[in-house]
Amino acid sequence: MQGLIKSKTQTNYFTMLENDNNMPPTLDDSLNSPDFRTLGEVTVPRPIMKTKNVNVFYGEKQAIYNASLDIGKNEVLAMIGPSGCGKSTFLRCLNRMNDTIDICRIEGEITLEGEDIYGRNMDVVLLRARVGMVFQKPNPFPKSIYDNVAYGINLHGLTNSKSETDDVVEDALKRAGLWAEVSDRLNQPGTGLSGGQQQRLCIARAIAISPEVILMDEPCSALDPIATAKIEELIDELSQMYSICIVTHSMQQAARVSQRTAYFHLGKLIEVGSTDLIFTNPGHRLTEGYITGRFG
Amino acid sequence: MIECSSALHSILYPNRAFTKPPIAKFSLSVRSQPLAGFPGWSLTTGMAFLGALFGCFIAVPIMLFAALGISRRNRVVTRHIERFIRWFLIACSCLAILTTIGIVMSVLFESIRFFRIIPIPDFLFGLEWSPQTAIREDQVGSSGAFGAVPLFAGTFLITVIAMVVAVPLGLMSAIYLSEYAGRRIRTIGKPLLEILAGIPTVVYGFFAALTVAPFIRNNLGFLGMDVSSESALAAGLVMGIMILPFVSSLSDDVINAVPQSIRDGSYGLGATHSETIRRIVLPAALPGIVGSILLAVSRAIGETMIVVMAAGLAANLTANPFESVTTVTVQIVTLLIGDQEFDSPKTLAAFALGLVLFIMTLVLNVIALRVVRKYKEQYE
Ligand SMILES: Nc1ncnc2c1ncn2[C@@H]1O[C@H](COP(=O)(O)OP(=O)(O)OP(=O)(O)O)[C@@H](O)[C@H]1O
Ligand SMILES: [Mg+2]
Repeated sequence: MQGLIKSKTQTNYFTMLENDNNMPPTLDDSLNSPDFRTLGEVTVPRPIMKTKNVNVFYGEKQAIYNASLDIGKNEVLAMIGPSGCGKSTFLRCLNRMNDTIDICRIEGEITLEGEDIYGRNMDVVLLRARVGMVFQKPNPFPKSIYDNVAYGINLHGLTNSKSETDDVVEDALKRAGLWAEVSDRLNQPGTGLSGGQQQRLCIARAIAISPEVILMDEPCSALDPIATAKIEELIDELSQMYSICIVTHSMQQAARVSQRTAYFHLGKLIEVGSTDLIFTNPGHRLTEGYITGRFG
Repeated sequence: MIECSSALHSILYPNRAFTKPPIAKFSLSVRSQPLAGFPGWSLTTGMAFLGALFGCFIAVPIMLFAALGISRRNRVVTRHIERFIRWFLIACSCLAILTTIGIVMSVLFESIRFFRIIPIPDFLFGLEWSPQTAIREDQVGSSGAFGAVPLFAGTFLITVIAMVVAVPLGLMSAIYLSEYAGRRIRTIGKPLLEILAGIPTVVYGFFAALTVAPFIRNNLGFLGMDVSSESALAAGLVMGIMILPFVSSLSDDVINAVPQSIRDGSYGLGATHSETIRRIVLPAALPGIVGSILLAVSRAIGETMIVVMAAGLAANLTANPFESVTTVTVQIVTLLIGDQEFDSPKTLAAFALGLVLFIMTLVLNVIALRVVRKYKEQYE
């Protein structure tokens, strides 16, 4: 607990805020105090993933402080917060992508359907097949468009024949809203697509293996409004079968697609609640400041 | 490499090359002096390099000091100095280019002289190599045979053996170093491997001749195989070790250049470490790996010392690695040892061999660089 924010600049930042807004000091003091608690309902009745008291460190530097958050079945959970607040870090804990970073250390408990994902019996490979991910930056493989989507399918042997694979690939590309643009050039390299197309290719790649949870890190940051609308439609559709956790910088998008919203600030999970509530009646001053565009 | 050592040599012994009478005598250790050693060209070459050397090590520091001291105060002087520096640098690079052209030309002209005596097809496709022309006209067998096929076959055989050693070992150690080894092992292991490239080839040569060749002969002799004391195998194995760092170090670099983000993409889809390496990293790095292998091949083809000491001089046309073979480079050396008239076919043959060798390695290098460059474009 002694690792909580102590740096001078940050302390000043909060004092400044306090003075500027003439707010009662009760709310944000709790941020620095040892018994800081996330505002709102962190648990849900039907969780698919649960995180409890998660701390993440990059070397000496702590990136997430004591975050507890549930992801409900068939729920779209939006994570918002200023740049660098740890949204991606938190997301990457959920399918152990942080394992690939040497200096990253994770404390706390994260479960998928009651199973500890950092436990001894958890097979990371299976975990990542069940908890898929779309990365912040599009990262297609230097392979053909077809092979990009078929990669995960072949990896896990999900289909029995080439024609079956073809169908799954086509279906995934259609759902990601990319089929019309690439159906006549499936053999061309995925790296040759535009940024937005690449991102949709990565989404197609992720949904082709039908994960139970899909983690999306700003999936629409490189997309135009039309493609964004398509992806949001897709998210709606996917949420009937899967659970989705989406990081976004667009408040409108969070409001449009999600049922619950979590607000992160400097590595702390400040507030969680139903999206309607967060956007109409935020409980924490920092949340309010962020969604009304005062900072962040 | 070849240009470099001959150039260095012409710096160290500038007058040796052009005070020589037409009868050339070369020592074994000077492996590529003959390329630069022809009177006319080597004069310019030697002078050029002396000039360049002087310029680089003496004039430039002095000039920069002067420039630093004076220039900022006086605009006109500044401009002159800037212009001078520019011309000086242009001159330096021109010298380097001219030298290369000079070397190529000297080899080319001597080769043409050779091909006037021995027709090109006889040289390129002849199956027999026995350049022992008689010194006196009245001796028997004075004509000699200049079919280069056995030499290129020997070169090819040894290169193949070397690659069979170097490619798998180099690639595996590159994969280990870049993908599995921790940072500590990596920082120690990679330089250690690269030290292999810094061992003088003559050391490899006596290692091959005194350790590996007897070992092969003694151990495989038991198996009833007829192993000659000098074998392609010994030379090839040791040469494989020598070029291993070329493969491993360059491959390690290209494997590291594969962006972490696409590995993450693979892990994110539930691929294991080795699946990611096999299906994503290696295919993505393949052009670069091929490039590194081609560079290693051209290094192996040009290698001389090891084969001189371990592979023998007999121009056997064979695919049997236990027999002794000879290579192009070895023959170039032997052709130029001993007293021969400079324009005898025997001496001139060395230039023809050098020319073909040069063209081969040049083509390989160009292909390798192309391949590597093409790979680089992919991520930028
Ligand atoms: N690989 C890493 N090594 C060291 N520190 C890191 C690493 N990745 C992230 N961090 C640090 O952790 C903190 C949280 O980073 P994170 O990427 O999770 O932010 P974010 O909320 O996703 O920001 P953005 O909205 O800009 O993507 C930042 O201070 C960042 O500097
Ligand atoms: Mg992020």
